[in-house]
Amino acid sequence: MPEVHTAIAEQFEDMPQQKSAATLGMWTFLATEILFFGGMFMSYITYRHAYPEAFAEASRHTIVLFGTINTAILLTSSLTMAFAVHAAQVNKTKSLVRFLLLTVFLGCCFLVVKGFEYHDDITENLWPGPHFKKSLLPQAQIFWFLYWAMTGLHAIHVTVGIVLLAIIARMAARLKFSDFYHTPVEISGLYWHFVDIVWIFLYPLLYLINRYS
Amino acid sequence: MNSHIVPRKIYVLIWASLMLLLLLTWGVAQFNLGELNVIAALTIAVTKMLLVILYFMHIRYSPRRTWIFVAAGFIWLLIMIDLVLGDYLTREMVRSL
Repeated sequence: MPEVHTAIAEQFEDMPQQKSAATLGMWTFLATEILFFGGMFMSYITYRHAYPEAFAEASRHTIVLFGTINTAILLTSSLTMAFAVHAAQVNKTKSLVRFLLLTVFLGCCFLVVKGFEYHDDITENLWPGPHFKKSLLPQAQIFWFLYWAMTGLHAIHVTVGIVLLAIIARMAARLKFSDFYHTPVEISGLYWHFVDIVWIFLYPLLYLINRYS
Repeated sequence: MNSHIVPRKIYVLIWASLMLLLLLTWGVAQFNLGELNVIAALTIAVTKMLLVILYFMHIRYSPRRTWIFVAAGFIWLLIMIDLVLGDYLTREMVRSL
């Protein structure tokens, strides 16, 4: 098996050891990402505690329909990503490429829906600043600042994920992966699922919790 | 070859559970339950996160060494939240002394 020698870097004993090192490395990176987003969630908690009425009122202006559709899209894209890893494990290259492209497509759908939502938000004067919606309490701007910062940062992560998975799909189409070596597919999958998890928390905090209270 | 292969049926089952939880969290938000709204929303979000981490991210089938790395990220997050809330939630108490 000639591929054995090219797929395993020389510092590793064997493939399981190499894969294990890559997995730990990725989770170390994801730990920094948890804290990166964590700082913003911390701001949200702190300011929601300080201005509960303004936050409740402000959050009623987010568009639940868009948020819910996007949650469903991302959860489904996590399923297609899991299928892609499965396809790699059982050495089905065609199906691997197909599921990676499907995941990329769903990621793009998420961004398109988000774009429509951003457009509506701006039309409603929900961008913080001198033209911010007059009927809301002044501290509602803090909620909307966090909305733009958190969903914006998340959208950047989705974009990075799309580019990453597109590159992986191209590599897969060039037969770089097999049931023996597909660590990059799994590692990119971890990133994609992480981005999904961030949204799992953004959705209730920005769209749901004060809807009818 | 060197990784645990999860049957696709399990992935579909997890996805269906995630969608049901999405429906549930949306449904609960339609009612005014006071503080229970926040508790329900966060409980469901944590459940969804655990499903994604354990199954989609394969942690359930990973060695304990990986579990430690996963837990580390969240433990540091909890330390931050705990220390900050320890300050903000007790300020009123200090003022009333």
